[in-house]
Amino acid sequence: MKKNGRRKSHRLLLPITFMVGPTAGWLFAFLVLPLIYAVAMSFAKSGIYGGIVWEFSVANYADMCNPIYFRVAVKSLKLAFDTSLWCLIISYPFAYILSKISNKWKGLCMLLIMLPFWINGLIRLNGWANVLRDTGLINTALLKLGIIHKPIEMMFTNGAILFGMVYTFFPFMVLPILTSISKIDKNLIEAAQDLGATRIKTFIRVIFPLTVPGVFAGVIQVFIPSLGAFYISDIMGGGNTTLIGNLIKNQFLSARNWPLGAAFSVAMILFTLIVMRLYSKVGNLEDMA
Amino acid sequence: MAEYGAKRTIIKLENVVKFYGDNEVVKKLNLNIYESEFLTLLGPSGCGKTTTLRMIAGFEDVTEGSIYMEEKNVEGKPPYLRNVNTVFQSYALFPHMNVFNNVGFGLVEKKMKKAEIKEKVTQALTLVQLKGFEKRMPHQISGGQKQRVAIARAIVNNPKVLLLDEPLGALDLKLRKQMQLELKHLQKMLGITFVYVTHDQEEALTMSDRIAVMNAGILEQIGTAKEIYEKPKTKFVADFIGESNIFEAYINDMSGYEFDLVLECGRIHTKGNGFINEEMVYVSVRPESLKCSNDPVKNFELRGIVKEHVYIGSLIKTSIELSNGQQVKLNNLPDVDIPETGSLVYLYWKEDKAVIMHTREDILYDYIDEAKGNTEEIRLLQDSQET
Repeated sequence: MKKNGRRKSHRLLLPITFMVGPTAGWLFAFLVLPLIYAVAMSFAKSGIYGGIVWEFSVANYADMCNPIYFRVAVKSLKLAFDTSLWCLIISYPFAYILSKISNKWKGLCMLLIMLPFWINGLIRLNGWANVLRDTGLINTALLKLGIIHKPIEMMFTNGAILFGMVYTFFPFMVLPILTSISKIDKNLIEAAQDLGATRIKTFIRVIFPLTVPGVFAGVIQVFIPSLGAFYISDIMGGGNTTLIGNLIKNQFLSARNWPLGAAFSVAMILFTLIVMRLYSKVGNLEDMA
Repeated sequence: MAEYGAKRTIIKLENVVKFYGDNEVVKKLNLNIYESEFLTLLGPSGCGKTTTLRMIAGFEDVTEGSIYMEEKNVEGKPPYLRNVNTVFQSYALFPHMNVFNNVGFGLVEKKMKKAEIKEKVTQALTLVQLKGFEKRMPHQISGGQKQRVAIARAIVNNPKVLLLDEPLGALDLKLRKQMQLELKHLQKMLGITFVYVTHDQEEALTMSDRIAVMNAGILEQIGTAKEIYEKPKTKFVADFIGESNIFEAYINDMSGYEFDLVLECGRIHTKGNGFINEEMVYVSVRPESLKCSNDPVKNFELRGIVKEHVYIGSLIKTSIELSNGQQVKLNNLPDVDIPETGSLVYLYWKEDKAVIMHTREDILYDYIDEAKGNTEEIRLLQDSQET
């Protein structure tokens, strides 16, 4: 019996290797190895001329406790939070209306959401910069029309960064919310109305609670990338605003302190994992829907 | 039907028509639903029974005609303003609420006090034997229990009418049978009008005070289980409810109440009223009413060859092929002597066991209306047409 089982597992070894092998190899080469490299680097020292000195040290992590970095972290978190909030405020009604219209129009609307993403994000943001800057489309038009006498300062403000963030991450919020609204059994809405709930009460007591998992999924999908997105604040903030993403980028490209950059990266990955873990607890709600 | 005459009509459907696009799913439906009755809408899928129920609940508009509830037209009234509650086929329990909150949903909408809600919910759950399940979530209970919660959630509101859309469809046979009886008891005990939609004729016969048989958007017949089974008014009803042997025939040599039925494979002399000479009719005979004999029978000219016997314990089912190739079914008790396979037999039945039905739709559907539905009136009307 046992012998038989062993032979069987031998026979399975080859197909399993073929099936899982490529994925496992890919993940190992491009995920596990770089991650190990980054974690190892975060415990190394940086050389005087920017090289990596492979000596164990926790100095990088100690450096991170610097209040300047703490302020950057708080600022990044706040921006990511604001981005998620605004995306949610805009996306929920948007997704709700989208779920109500006929399939033909729904397809068109989805296409319109997706279409800008066929163009590189940097180009789109630079496009916006052209529209919003002091000599840009809006200000020129308003000046020519005599509505204003001095350009409205729109670019290189916190508002511009937030706008760029919301603009970039909006679809990541719409899609999970739309999915969770579409998944609601129509009978539930009818049942609520049958039991005396008006349309508004039906929304408050049945529809919204059932879309909470979608809302969380959307928030996660917006919150995490907006924590790390440095190029948006670079373009829309004119490089004046330093976020965690900028900090990491600077350590690698300008300050040439790779070990410190690695330490920041590891910290951020850990933070992301914690957020994901919290989400998966809430995400369990989805099993019920 | 007379026994319902004294009862109060609670819902009245008047010439109700429903179109989905160009598709007429309910055709000129007239129906009175009485207080405290168990009425079943029975028919194959796509016959318009669920649509009818949904129009009463307010989920669908009527295209033409009117629905009255306690003599008030409910046109344009949204579901949350109608004093009816629905039990859905898919249960439609709110997945994010526990059993208690599901059942209490309607009471919260009525702005009832917490203590009162608790009392009523407990009462309703006791009624469906689910006391102690208050804290469970819908995904933690079985299908049968979900069904009970759905029923409790509806009856807790004390509706005038409870609408049930194939509520037992998803349950296994044994549980279904048990729930059928429980529902029937519940309805008797609460005295609430039940309007029950099903495609299962056995379920309809078991539970209903009255059955409304629908087909292709038309109300074919309405009556008690006995009336529907023993006196089907249309070929569809005869065919759909139980088994039936149906013969096409026309009426000939009419004199008074007596006439000949001319079938493709023989003549039958019989009597009846309400028919016109030369009229095409269907003759329906239940397998248990069809008899066979080795010798010719007076007034019957039907012959056939015995094809096969199937013994199913309580019955022997025999099939006989007539001279025109039509197969007829015949049920006998096992202790009756039955001619052997291959032998020639003569078929007959007791005169009152056969049902003769009109085929002309104009005659048929005009007088299926329950108020005028007896044959006497059809006869009077046809007499006046002839003169």
